[in-house]
Amino acid sequence: MRRLTVPLILAAVLGLLVTLAQGGGLDLYTQSVLMFMGINVIMSASLNLINGHMGEFACGHAAFMAVGAYVSSLITVALFAQDTVFGAPLLPESLSVAFFPLALLAGAAVASLFGLLVAIPSFKTRGDYLAIVTIAANYIVKSAIENIDAIGGARGFMGMRRVTTAMESTAELPWMLIWCFVTAVFCVWVIRRYVTSTYGKGVMAICQDEVAAEIMSVNTNRIKLVTFMLSSGLAGLAGGLFAHVVGYVNPGSFTILKSTEAMVMVYMGGMGSISGSVISAVAFTLLLEALRPLQILKWVIIPLILILLMMFRPEGIMGNKELSDVFPRLKKYFKFK
Amino acid sequence: METILQNILNALQWGSFYSLIALGYCLVYGVLLLINFAHGDVFMVGAYIAFFVATFFLGHYAFALPFDLPGWAILALSVPLVMILTAAVGVTLERVAYRPLRRKGAHRLYVVITALMCGLILSNGNLALLGASRRNFPELIDKVIFDFGWIRFTNLKVIVILTAVLVFIGLRLIVTRTKIGMAMRAISWDKFAIPLMGIPVDTVIVFTFILGSSVAGLGGLLFAMSYPILDPYMGAMVGWKAFIAAVVGGIGSIRGAFAGGFLLGFVEIMVVAVFPSTFRDLISFTILLIIMTYKPTGLFGMARTTKI
Repeated sequence: MRRLTVPLILAAVLGLLVTLAQGGGLDLYTQSVLMFMGINVIMSASLNLINGHMGEFACGHAAFMAVGAYVSSLITVALFAQDTVFGAPLLPESLSVAFFPLALLAGAAVASLFGLLVAIPSFKTRGDYLAIVTIAANYIVKSAIENIDAIGGARGFMGMRRVTTAMESTAELPWMLIWCFVTAVFCVWVIRRYVTSTYGKGVMAICQDEVAAEIMSVNTNRIKLVTFMLSSGLAGLAGGLFAHVVGYVNPGSFTILKSTEAMVMVYMGGMGSISGSVISAVAFTLLLEALRPLQILKWVIIPLILILLMMFRPEGIMGNKELSDVFPRLKKYFKFK
Repeated sequence: METILQNILNALQWGSFYSLIALGYCLVYGVLLLINFAHGDVFMVGAYIAFFVATFFLGHYAFALPFDLPGWAILALSVPLVMILTAAVGVTLERVAYRPLRRKGAHRLYVVITALMCGLILSNGNLALLGASRRNFPELIDKVIFDFGWIRFTNLKVIVILTAVLVFIGLRLIVTRTKIGMAMRAISWDKFAIPLMGIPVDTVIVFTFILGSSVAGLGGLLFAMSYPILDPYMGAMVGWKAFIAAVVGGIGSIRGAFAGGFLLGFVEIMVVAVFPSTFRDLISFTILLIIMTYKPTGLFGMARTTKI
């Protein structure tokens, strides 16, 4: 029982969501909010791996999201949709469900290759200098996409809507909701496994003191490389989902403001706490939606809330703890090995 | 040949703005080790204050001066006024947002996040308060074009470049030659031992913010005069880039910030001169990334050895 409680709960939640969405209990707006929640969970948990667990200050996470979004949507549109760039679909619609996760993973793989752009300078550079490298990487990726005219340039790229309808016509299910949920759970699981593995111990060691870790025979370069690539790859997954949920991407959606959102979620949740970043991602998405009627004032009130949070509880919602540290009885329900 | 000289002149002007903002970043970073991400937006606020001050003296509001002031007089009046008001904004930020956190001894990164949020509040608050309409800065001084046959420049360009150089020399003199400059350097050296020496740390930090913000205000005024269209987000982009310039120069070193600003200006203008202008960010940031990979602490920065 102890091993199965969490998977059973997650499966039950997914089943409930799918039945509600099929039965009309969830309108499209609620569904899209739920999907953005999943995407934000991935973004904040994966950025927390760098900023929280490894203690580096990365502020260009949206770049990897952009790479993942573009690569995966290019693949799916080329395979399954009638498009002006690629022409007729290459594969029959019935395969779309099977190929969608592969396209997402391909986007993630390319995004993690772009993570090298940040990882290699990070061997020598640290602290505030690394912050610059990440900002520069964000600008470079955004500006590179703007300059490739074949994929729409600054005008953006669309056609993903046809892919989602292709999936829905294959099997009548709210596919994007399912993918968002599954990917978010997968991402949290991967990060959890990674952080508690031997590599994860090295990540913590880098956070405490990089020089000391190096002396204690931790291969810091290798751990940094793996961590940056993993984190940016997961951000690429988030990007692929984002592109297919919205049905349209343009370079303008992956600016520093998007990276700032991810950073807000990380610091609101607490550094180095996976459950904290999940909770704060959910809370932040709900907050964004609740404040939507205020329009531009929204972006005055959210920073204000965060400043107040920093002032009265600088360590964020969960601090450096997990949910099971705050409520020790939860440990009864899951086993982690 | 002529276009090259002309481009160099443009680059000098463009680089002066980056330098002026980078100097502010660098002062605050040097003393507090805090990346003041709100600085770009303080620059934007400076430009807006300059707009309101200038139109006030031109009599665009209910109050009108009994006599018409000539343009240069308005400029002479606005410069100190804009610098004082912008410094007030900077000091308010320090008092309201950064000082309570510093008192609590919060981690440096939390202060950085607070600064980022203050910047967002400034730019979006401006948008909510004043609306999205862009404003046209009035022309205060007549444009004089000096023509030497092989090179032409306006008086405004000369003013901007001269101001940047003068501000640089002034700041360097303040930091290296005066008592309060010595206190600033001392705080950056050891924050915990300095109060024991009887140095009023808070006063020195407020003074640093006054210096940085007033320079940003001056930069805003000059920017509004050179590119007379104001919008609430103009600070964000310039601010990020000036920060990058400060780091490439080696953050914390005044000489580095000055040189980094001009370097970034040169790279951007030269890229635009050779390639289509959409490639500006791509190429200039790639160059900066390469510089950072080979000189990890910037051009003038010193590598710090960490003790364990």
